[in-house]
Amino acid sequence: MFTLKPGRLPPADVKNIIFFVRPKLELMDIITDNVLREDRGRSPQRDFHILFVPRRSLLCEQWLKEQGVLGSFIHREQYSLDLIPFDGDLLSMESEGAFKECYLESDQTSLYHAAKGLMTLQALYGTIPQIFGKGDCARHVANMMIRMKREFPGSQNSIFPVFDTLLLLDRNVDLLTPLATQLTYEGLIDEIYGIQNTYVKLPPEKFAPKKQGEGGKDLPTEPKKLQLNSAEELYAEIRDKNFNAVGSVLSKKAKIISAAFEERHHAKTVGEIKQFVSQLPHMQAARSSLANHTSIAELIKDITTSEDFFDNLTVEQEFMSGIDTDKVNNYIEDCIAQKHPLIKILRLVCLQSVCNSGLKQKVLDHYKREILQTYGYEHILTLNNLEKAGLLKPQTGGRNNYPTIRKTLRLWMDDVNEQNPNDISYVYSGYAPLSVRLAQLLARPGWRSIEEVLKMLPGPHFEERQQLPTGLQKKRQQGENRVTLVFFLGGVTYAEIAALRFLSQMEDGGTEYIIATTKLINGTTWIKSLMEKLEPAPF
Amino acid sequence: MSRVRADEEEYWHSSKFRAFTFDDEDDELSQLKESKRAVNSLRDIVDDDDDDLERVSWSGEPVGSISWSIKETASGSTSSLDGRDSSLQKGSSSYAALPKQASSYSLSSLFKGRNKLSSFQSLSDALTDTGVKNYAPELRRPKAEYKDYSSDWSPKDTVRRMQRGKVCSLERFRSLQDKLVLLDEAVAGHDGNVITAVLIFLKRTLRREILFRELEVRQVALCHLIHFLRETGEQKFLLDLLRFLDRTEEVALSQYREHLNIQDVEKRREFLKGCIGLPFSAEDTSHIQDHYTLLERQIIIEANDRHLEMAGQSELFRKYPRKASILNMPLVTTLFYSCFYHYTEAEGMFSSPTNLKKTFKIPDKQYVLTALAARAKLRAWGDVDALLTTKNWLGYTKKKAPIGFHRVVEILQRNNAPVQVLQEYVRLVEDVETRLNLATKYKCHDVVIETYRDLKDRVQLTAYKSKVERGSAEEEKIQNILSNMQIRWKN
Repeated sequence: MFTLKPGRLPPADVKNIIFFVRPKLELMDIITDNVLREDRGRSPQRDFHILFVPRRSLLCEQWLKEQGVLGSFIHREQYSLDLIPFDGDLLSMESEGAFKECYLESDQTSLYHAAKGLMTLQALYGTIPQIFGKGDCARHVANMMIRMKREFPGSQNSIFPVFDTLLLLDRNVDLLTPLATQLTYEGLIDEIYGIQNTYVKLPPEKFAPKKQGEGGKDLPTEPKKLQLNSAEELYAEIRDKNFNAVGSVLSKKAKIISAAFEERHHAKTVGEIKQFVSQLPHMQAARSSLANHTSIAELIKDITTSEDFFDNLTVEQEFMSGIDTDKVNNYIEDCIAQKHPLIKILRLVCLQSVCNSGLKQKVLDHYKREILQTYGYEHILTLNNLEKAGLLKPQTGGRNNYPTIRKTLRLWMDDVNEQNPNDISYVYSGYAPLSVRLAQLLARPGWRSIEEVLKMLPGPHFEERQQLPTGLQKKRQQGENRVTLVFFLGGVTYAEIAALRFLSQMEDGGTEYIIATTKLINGTTWIKSLMEKLEPAPF
Repeated sequence: MSRVRADEEEYWHSSKFRAFTFDDEDDELSQLKESKRAVNSLRDIVDDDDDDLERVSWSGEPVGSISWSIKETASGSTSSLDGRDSSLQKGSSSYAALPKQASSYSLSSLFKGRNKLSSFQSLSDALTDTGVKNYAPELRRPKAEYKDYSSDWSPKDTVRRMQRGKVCSLERFRSLQDKLVLLDEAVAGHDGNVITAVLIFLKRTLRREILFRELEVRQVALCHLIHFLRETGEQKFLLDLLRFLDRTEEVALSQYREHLNIQDVEKRREFLKGCIGLPFSAEDTSHIQDHYTLLERQIIIEANDRHLEMAGQSELFRKYPRKASILNMPLVTTLFYSCFYHYTEAEGMFSSPTNLKKTFKIPDKQYVLTALAARAKLRAWGDVDALLTTKNWLGYTKKKAPIGFHRVVEILQRNNAPVQVLQEYVRLVEDVETRLNLATKYKCHDVVIETYRDLKDRVQLTAYKSKVERGSAEEEKIQNILSNMQIRWKN
């Protein structure tokens, strides 16, 4: 298995070559290049096949045809992989274009795939009796599910349902959350280094081997690649904590591990020694895991303690708590003047816009002018996209709904406890993600209590029921948790996932959450997906 | 044969596996591999043939024109659709429809030969490749048969089959009514791939006005078509559509976007000039105008400066060779450039900073910041001083910084300004705490000492004595202040 890249295909004595790709035009160009450079004289000649994930795309095949290579493919098929498991409680479609397609281009293909994924899930884990949703896309997905079920009556299965409730949430119901900087451990790793398919690449300096025997070696120059998931005991424990609470856990762990290694001095009998030795592999794994996360935490700390991180966070928190959202912000102006990365600027300006239900025309015009003058006029296209997506807009009707929403949903908590949290607001050190608050309020006391606020948020909210045969209806045991599948249409952040996991673990919570999404996002990747692709700069 | 096929189809329709796409794999099992490969291999021969047929039936516009290429793309996709008829009707159809001989050795070897050919040929060569076409008549038969029996599918069934990655011929939907029903079914299915397929078909078979009119009341389909046109770069068709819909701002933006594909600066400039009159929003119009003016200036400046640099006469350019051309740079970068290389020029010159400032109404703050950075980089401290000095009508001078003196200090420090220069501006920082911090950080001892004196803070001043060099002028200064009996220390 090779990664797709332009140029000649690696030589290999094989008969068949299968391209396993997303249906994207830029990938088709690479494939074309591969095929055209294939040595025709070689023998045996290799056969090409193409497998699209999750769907064949006419557009791509047409593209290949225009390049004159379509005929080279003996099989053109699809591999219907909709939802990919990322962890015990997390599924993602990894379709980064989903938000843009849904909200900018009104292309609902990714919703169709989401619905299909949900049908598959129901076939495996039983029909979900209750569906709740908020937003236009949520409505669409629910409609499609109902329609698919009706059209395939054979799909009625006899599996005892695992999920009690499905909650479909549109990303545009909560545009605010992804814009803010995530402050959980995993969230920060993603914000700073970017987690891709559960892997993160880190600067190697802090991971240099410390053993004396290898001391003479040069520092590694390749980025250090680590896999991050809950199979790693320590990571499972700290990933969802506020970063400020990670240090103490790490130092506690360090003490426990060194104490465990000390035990060997107390091992007197052969039996005790044997027992110690049998634990060694586990202990060594724990030690290397601890070393890795200590290094990562150090890397992150360097950044979180920097002045600029602090200033940026201060402005974000001011906006989210409703301070000075209606005028031009000094810090943003300064950042533009110093040519900070454009995405950072856009995140802040959009955050301000969302926290003010749109900016005053004068303020908006001012920001736009500064951005265009500093970063180039062609970004007018990106600004336009952001406007279309509702992230950046002029205030209409002169009404700012955000304060009402903030107060009713208790989105801003002043007394946040980062070490031993009692509320989901710990994931952003004060701001409780709106999306997760909606999930929490749905479980208890129900959405009826927040009708007014729901009406202020975009799109319809609804409830559907899917009939189950009487034999499959659940008889709930006392104290048994309900299971809710929350599907984020348009992406979800690690901090939101952390908040939902926190709710799952609450002792009196009564609800466990499984999370599904079209894509794992953070503010940067999200804004990037909305930016106009510009030609590469001349240098 | 078709009966067998229908039965099988019915079986799958009623199967509970229907909700998934497993049926494809099942079909596959019933297939002879050799046969499938043979059929597949013939696909593009059939396609090529199709293309020829399509072209004959078109209105006869010259090949290569934009509208021709639109049709070309459209037909390309439909024929690849048709191509799938023969190639991808998983086993049951293609296998059933194809006589068994067709799967024999000779056909697959034919494919190999063809493959070799195509590797040396461009697409257009392939289209007119007569050697290949000789085989076509025989090959078209299975497809025709297939079409026949598929003709009784309803729009709904057609859409459903397409959703499952199978391919149906859409040609039999002849009346406008039928086509629209098909489109509505596709839209109801929400599968973009299918919607696009149907749209390509409609785009090819309907008159533009009719297509546009019908799409206007079908917003979802409309969005898909717009997206499709954008992806495939069918700019003219797209603009026609947007104009028809009266979405003028989108027309304007969409047209403006095109400039990104123009590499040649002169052409790009001309193009941007043409964009000025487009119906943008009022705010955007001025930005587009500025974009044009900026590029126009940049072209003039670039030509001049390249000449200057080549001639090697200008010391500035010799000492600080340009890292890149100024073309297509943002406004602020251009201003920096002009402050760097053309600072002293008279306002009448296009490349002078003051001219840029006026033309683009650059705010004072932005101007001072940029000019400061440029002059500091050249270590032209005199210019820095002049930039921050204002004269009132009586002729008194005063230092003023619209960006705040702490920022001035930051910029100067970043450019390694000497302490004497730095200290002058540190002294002007208004906030005492910031001033102390900056002064301590950058070792502006005089400022630290004077500030503590003004604060009457004996303790801090005494402590600071240990930080300056022994026997230095600063130490003496501190000593003098500390022994000054007239100061009323607060501690």
